[in-house]
Amino acid sequence: MLLSLAIWVPILAGLLALATGGDRNAPLQRQIALAGAIAGFLVTLPLYTGFDLRNPGMQFVEHRAWIPQFNVFYTLGVDGISMLFILLNAFTTVLVVIAGWSVIQQRVAQYMGAFLLMSGLLNGVFCALDGLLFYVFFEATLIPMFVIIGVWGGANRVYAALKFFLYTLFGSLLMLVALLYLYNKSGGSFAIRDWWKLPLPLAAQLWLFFGLLFAFAVKVPMWPVHTWLPDAHVEAPTGGSVVLAAIMLKLGAYGFVRFTLPILPDASRELAWLMIALSLIAVVYIGLVALVQTDMKKLIAYSSISHMGFVTLGFFIFNSYGIEGALIQMISHGFISAAMFLCVGVMYDRMYTRNIADYGGVVNTMPKFAAFMMLFAMANCGLPATSGFVGEFMVIMGTIKVSFWLAFAAATTLVFGAAYTLWMYKRVIFGAIGNEEVAKLKDLNSREFLVLGLLAIAVLFMGIYPLPFTEVMHASVNDLLRHMALPKF
Amino acid sequence: MTLDFIVGLPEIVLLAGACALMLADLYVKDVERRVSYAIAQAVLLVTAAATIFVLLGSGGELVYAFNKLYVADFMAHMLKLTAYGAVSLALVYSRQYLIDRGLMTGEFLTLLLFALLGMMVMMSANSFIAIYLGLELLSLCLYAMVALNRDSAASTEAAMKYFILGALASGMLLYGMSMLYGATGTLTITEVAKQLALLSKDSTQQTFLVFGLVFMVCGLAFKLGVAPFHMWIPDVYHGAPTAVTLVIGTAPKLAAFAMAMRLLVNGLLELAVDWQQMLSILAVLSMAIGNVTAIAQSNLKRMLAYSTIAHMGFMLLGLLSGVVGGNWRNAADAYGAAMFYTIVYVLMSVGSFGMLLLLSHKGFECEKLDDLKGLNRRNPWYAFLLLLIMFSLAGVPPTVGFYAKLMVLSAAVSAGMIWLAVVAVLFSLVGAYYYLRIVKLMYFDEPVIAAPVYVQPLGVRVLMSTNGLALLALGILPQPLMTLCLVAIKGL
Repeated sequence: MLLSLAIWVPILAGLLALATGGDRNAPLQRQIALAGAIAGFLVTLPLYTGFDLRNPGMQFVEHRAWIPQFNVFYTLGVDGISMLFILLNAFTTVLVVIAGWSVIQQRVAQYMGAFLLMSGLLNGVFCALDGLLFYVFFEATLIPMFVIIGVWGGANRVYAALKFFLYTLFGSLLMLVALLYLYNKSGGSFAIRDWWKLPLPLAAQLWLFFGLLFAFAVKVPMWPVHTWLPDAHVEAPTGGSVVLAAIMLKLGAYGFVRFTLPILPDASRELAWLMIALSLIAVVYIGLVALVQTDMKKLIAYSSISHMGFVTLGFFIFNSYGIEGALIQMISHGFISAAMFLCVGVMYDRMYTRNIADYGGVVNTMPKFAAFMMLFAMANCGLPATSGFVGEFMVIMGTIKVSFWLAFAAATTLVFGAAYTLWMYKRVIFGAIGNEEVAKLKDLNSREFLVLGLLAIAVLFMGIYPLPFTEVMHASVNDLLRHMALPKF
Repeated sequence: MTLDFIVGLPEIVLLAGACALMLADLYVKDVERRVSYAIAQAVLLVTAAATIFVLLGSGGELVYAFNKLYVADFMAHMLKLTAYGAVSLALVYSRQYLIDRGLMTGEFLTLLLFALLGMMVMMSANSFIAIYLGLELLSLCLYAMVALNRDSAASTEAAMKYFILGALASGMLLYGMSMLYGATGTLTITEVAKQLALLSKDSTQQTFLVFGLVFMVCGLAFKLGVAPFHMWIPDVYHGAPTAVTLVIGTAPKLAAFAMAMRLLVNGLLELAVDWQQMLSILAVLSMAIGNVTAIAQSNLKRMLAYSTIAHMGFMLLGLLSGVVGGNWRNAADAYGAAMFYTIVYVLMSVGSFGMLLLLSHKGFECEKLDDLKGLNRRNPWYAFLLLLIMFSLAGVPPTVGFYAKLMVLSAAVSAGMIWLAVVAVLFSLVGAYYYLRIVKLMYFDEPVIAAPVYVQPLGVRVLMSTNGLALLALGILPQPLMTLCLVAIKGL
């Protein structure tokens, strides 16, 4: 029941906001959205408090018939791998609603409604245990995001929205064929947990691996199918960027742990070299690309790709450090990228530019903001005692067990990450006041302070005391590794 | 004999109603034809009641009548009921449009009812002759309706093209039928099937049969509008008044599907290996030509015409994956998928052309892509409904268009034709682009036309909303319709 609430509370709140009509009712619509987002977050909390740490299997399971003709069930459940993402998503939704409170003045209901609908659908992706249900949620999230980027985005929004939609649809459609193949091979079952046990010859596994790879790699995004992300990020409104970076990118990585690794363990081992290579290219090459960006959002977008490279690297070295580190990195990146995009949003709302060159000396007029951004920038480079450090450190630890040189290559991100983040920070925040516009800037208002403050607490807490996050994963991750060790044919 | 007339009651009622309408309309002086319009809707209602009466009376069982010329089974009843719904909706959506253009005449209403009669005969035909008669009745009515706006050069040209190509296709169909008659000695479809099973598999017979089959599939492909027999579709959709396009693009697809089922599945299942190959070529070509060409269109009606071609190609995927290596295990699922696809397509098509009619008004035709620009500013609700329709056409969940695609893809995959499924999926990606472009125009662009949208009467708006939301509702709960389709196919 809890998981259904986590999905449907935000969706219903979103529909309610949409039903209130035009912009005349904007204040009411904002309140409905906030109430819906907070209620959506509150219903997910019992998932954490009631979670059984020793149970590696699915918890809070719901099982109802949905489309009997295809053996499709409305099956929901979470394990240690997926549970935290639901909380992260619900938390992010609250932040997004608050962040858009006064910035969005036109078509408020549609904006808030789209985000709430998306929040519910994303929760659905993370807890669906039925292949078709997963696919329906996975695809349905594209619709609100497409509208968000296209309606409230920047100058080149139409191109970005179409590119985003078509890229991800391409991946998902191939996944659909793969899912149908699995459905047939398993004798007519869409249950993901049945697929885990399904014996498959290596050749079939390899084909399926590529079918799924496209869908997930586009979403992560992995090099070389990452090019939609910088476009989408740059053109999306702040809230859109936050949800995109914090949650939507995680769908692809989540797909790897939920489908690829357990269903196709042999193909995963067989093709691990490819995945590791692509991940390292993302980490190193995209890190260098980030260095030369002149647009702040683009820089953070590239930094996201580079950080997600760590996640896929962690998955495909097949040890518990790697997988847990990758999962931690996903959550931490959810906080940090959200915070960085919100920081850019704060500046953009005042200056209407994202060019690094248009800033300089912001610390003189916005000291509180500069302090917050300092923290998040440091977390982005993986400074110890911030959440960014924990995941990257664990993945590097895991990689060293496999190969020193791989770990060495991965660790260069600590250098590049520091370089591009801090260099941007220096050019934007420090130095003499760049121009008259900067001189007139006002520091954070209380709403912005609240949003960034909450994220700062999350980043620091996770960096100093990660146990509450890692302990829920242990049982499920170890179970996954044991499962993967057995060949399937 | 009396039983025969009871089984054929829906057609008899409709025929009587259409004739009554033709006579009554002579005495209607009103330009808006309120009385004739009401009679037409009432006739549809009574026909639907007659169909339900026959359906309940037979308990959905298969009944033959008129010396096996006519068959009444669950599939026929279901397709007929859907067709009444589509025609009735078409009347509602197009009423104001026709009045504004002086086309709301007794002829339009009468021809529409006779066309429907033709479709019903096709759906219930169990003989080559009956199929042909139904088809000609339908086609002749449609030719006339396309030319209804006789002062328009485009309409006349479209009607001529449609007529000439249609006549050619009918000829091919007849030629194919005559060959099969020569080989089997009967025109009754179920008898043909029995004869084919008995015929020895010697090669001369086989060549002869396949030769006839090729002509029949050509005629069928023309009526379905699949490539390479699709040339008439864009011109006719474009040239005809939008109200007529709405009629052509919807209910006749159901009849064409029924014709395919009767001819290929009821009659020529023994030759499945041969026609499945032909259909797979037609399917791939249609999906390719339809989806790729639709991108280049700037006229909405032409774009939707190419989209129809692509959709019919997709539907063929279901028809062609029924029999695998002589094994019919997959048949019910595959044909059920094709039927589901056709019905869903009709629902989406009624909605999309209906929306064009609703957005047109006196002196303005909504038919260019740019006419949709900024619709979200002008009327957010219409924009939302059209968004649902477009995502459903593109096959994005949670709309019902996704399940239609899913079912035919699933049928293809379980028939082992994974390459075909991948091709279909790639072309539906291409297709997604032009549906998304509509959403883009409505939501992301500034309106070109400043005037607010002409407000239709409440009843029309309610029906349009129901039509759009049905796509979502059926997408969330697709099971009932799937079950109905499956029952229909199993009852063949």
